[in-house]
Amino acid sequence: MSEQKKTFVITRFDPDRDPAPRQQSYEVPVQPDWKVLDALNYIKDEIDPSLSHRWSCRMAVCGSCGMMVNGKPSLTCKDAVSDYGNRIEVAPLSNFPIVRDLIVELESFMEKLKSVKPWIVKAKERALEEGAHRQSPEQLEEFKQFSYCINCMLCYSACPVVANEPDFLGPAAIALGHRYNMDSRDEGQSERNEIFRGEGTVFSCSYANECSEVCPKHVDPAAAVNQAKFNAVIDWVTGFVTTRGGK
Amino acid sequence: MDVIRHDLIIVGGGGAGLRAAIAAAEKDPKASIALVSKVYPMRSHTVSAEGGAAAVARADDNLEMHAFDTVKGSDFLGDQDVIQYFVGEAPKELTLLEHWGCPWSRNEDGSVATRAFGGMSTKRTWYAADKVGFHMLHTLFQHSLRFPNIVRYDEYFVSKLIVDGGAVRGCAALDMREGVVRLFLGRAVILATGGGGKIFPFTTNGNIKTADGMALAYREGVALKDMEFVQYHPTGLPGTGILITEGTRGEGGYLKNSEGERFLVSRDYGVGTKAELGPRDMISRAIIQEIEAGRGIQGPYGEYVHLDLTHLGEEAIMKKLPMVRELTKIYVGVDPVHQPIPVRPVLHYMMGGVDVDIDGATTLPGLYAAGEVACVSLNGANRLGSNSLTECLVFGARAGLHALNFVRGTDGPNETVCLRQAEEEAGRIAGLRGKRGKEKMSQLRRELGIAMESGCGVYREQASMDETVHAVAALRGRYEGLGLEDKSTVFNTELTAALELGNLIAVAETIAVSAAHRKESRGAHARRDAKTRDDQNFLYHTLAHTGYSGPRLSKKPVTLGIWVPEERKY
Repeated sequence: MSEQKKTFVITRFDPDRDPAPRQQSYEVPVQPDWKVLDALNYIKDEIDPSLSHRWSCRMAVCGSCGMMVNGKPSLTCKDAVSDYGNRIEVAPLSNFPIVRDLIVELESFMEKLKSVKPWIVKAKERALEEGAHRQSPEQLEEFKQFSYCINCMLCYSACPVVANEPDFLGPAAIALGHRYNMDSRDEGQSERNEIFRGEGTVFSCSYANECSEVCPKHVDPAAAVNQAKFNAVIDWVTGFVTTRGGK
Repeated sequence: MDVIRHDLIIVGGGGAGLRAAIAAAEKDPKASIALVSKVYPMRSHTVSAEGGAAAVARADDNLEMHAFDTVKGSDFLGDQDVIQYFVGEAPKELTLLEHWGCPWSRNEDGSVATRAFGGMSTKRTWYAADKVGFHMLHTLFQHSLRFPNIVRYDEYFVSKLIVDGGAVRGCAALDMREGVVRLFLGRAVILATGGGGKIFPFTTNGNIKTADGMALAYREGVALKDMEFVQYHPTGLPGTGILITEGTRGEGGYLKNSEGERFLVSRDYGVGTKAELGPRDMISRAIIQEIEAGRGIQGPYGEYVHLDLTHLGEEAIMKKLPMVRELTKIYVGVDPVHQPIPVRPVLHYMMGGVDVDIDGATTLPGLYAAGEVACVSLNGANRLGSNSLTECLVFGARAGLHALNFVRGTDGPNETVCLRQAEEEAGRIAGLRGKRGKEKMSQLRRELGIAMESGCGVYREQASMDETVHAVAALRGRYEGLGLEDKSTVFNTELTAALELGNLIAVAETIAVSAAHRKESRGAHARRDAKTRDDQNFLYHTLAHTGYSGPRLSKKPVTLGIWVPEERKY
């Protein structure tokens, strides 16, 4: 296979010595089948071992390697180098504090995720002896898509509301809360709907739809936010009766 | 130095670590549990498992069948008491996961669906399409957030166990963001760090699979067991090594050679009528033999065979194998609805690991291990696909409960002694940061991979194994001369990669030395110069202990039971 030289312009930031993020260029001989992550690993292994980035599975499921590539949120193990020109800019995900180089701070998301109670809530715990719940394939379809979220944070990086309002609960956390609301085994809808009716949650969403456009797993968080809004209102209107809304 | 105190310390936040944490947290809400991981738990490599988790679920199945399939799959090196316990707990554990929200695929009547898997005599592999590891991991992680007594330490790299008075007392861990070493003190430690596929150059394993827990235990004198048995999964994508699940064959996919022939049907590879659903060791050997016989297909990354799903149809593929389609489109430009997938055997799993008993206890008081890092002797010489996800749950839970019991019955540590050890470790790590030396990390890693692939591949022989033993010992020496450039304290991944490389080399050496001493073929250890199994001389577990000049070996008996070793033929 023939290799080709491309220039990678990488945002570097080491809080030990840099007053502010800077850019550094690297010439990389890329193979035609490389993803952006392959080029970053080449730089780290062969040119500059101080380059810092997170990665692991390199098969688009662990969610570690989200970054901005030419200004757009990207899962770098999934995006082909050949889809870009000869100059490729790689920066840390927008809307998050930078820890170092391409590594961002995720603590705020971990708190947001926990706040939506992303677990099965039951009025009374189901005993092991009762066996598995019955759940029809149709009931599974109701929430399955929203369970595909790999927590890669591309949606937070794309979201214009997060950009202005860092405390906004945000697409992934809402989608995951909604995922449990739509699960036939769950009884926690009223608790989560109360959370969703709070400040900085579903009603802060401005319908930009950017989250769904960048989602590498086709979760469609924007749809989840819309359904969650609808359900949160209906739930409030009807007191405690909940709906399991449409698709 | 900061001292962080908990009752129980769990190292690793994947399937086994999370399950252990939940078991302990549920049992004793007052117990304080630290979950320490070098990554955020949802990045753990459990996430990449695809095909399913085994447990008896159907009327045409029973525990004895699951146990015997596992014993036979292990080539009679699995401990039968462990296997019996495992199959009995498996359905309970997968049901619990269902209660916690795992989106298992369903039959029309709403019951959990099961699929066929290699070496399993009926459909007993529970699945959530082909993203089972992902869904299990996220279900466990999200469920774990309920428990206030599970305290997470994300992105902490554990570099040393603290041992005093003949028992483990905690660990020293590098806070990767702050760049400082902290002392974790506890009354028991559970290792749940997974395997070490990155010892090999061509692997399904993610970048974080660097045998850390095995190396931690080994350095403290705990033996690593059955390390010679490493599993090559038959179907990885050429180049990247990305896993294509055995579920593809469970759903009816075919393996074909360059002549379009289903060689597992037309030729005798010992798998009988199981054909594509034979166990992994045998299928991987069949593929290598097809390639050696000139019936492989040439590609840019060597020769491969075809995994053909085209006859399954788009609907079935989208319903049951959507991730396979996504992966092959992205990483090899193939749509399996219309074209066969190029595949070749790829290093996937380590049957060996930290020697533990059925409770997950090691020989070092207070130290436990569960999941791929451990060798509880469920898998023997060859693991059956879909047993390992269940293993993480069954033995993760058991290790969690037994470690909790240990916590209740033990004294606190001598903190001065522990602090001194942690300070020494902090000094070692500070010395490593930006250390001068002439050896380049990527070069050492490359040479390690080449050595291990040539001596400890699908087929092995004495001369090449001996060469690998020498090559890895030499790399251990050269590692001392490693040169590093990054002096930063903040998220210094060159430093953690150097610690990981030390772990890879230490554990690789136990694999090579254990392999070179087993002069028979059994399960995944297939020798060209000793082609048959030799129960007379080799029906034992290999233990590798830390020695002055590399690993020192000893033997441990296999626990047999109602099944007497017989020829393994399907």
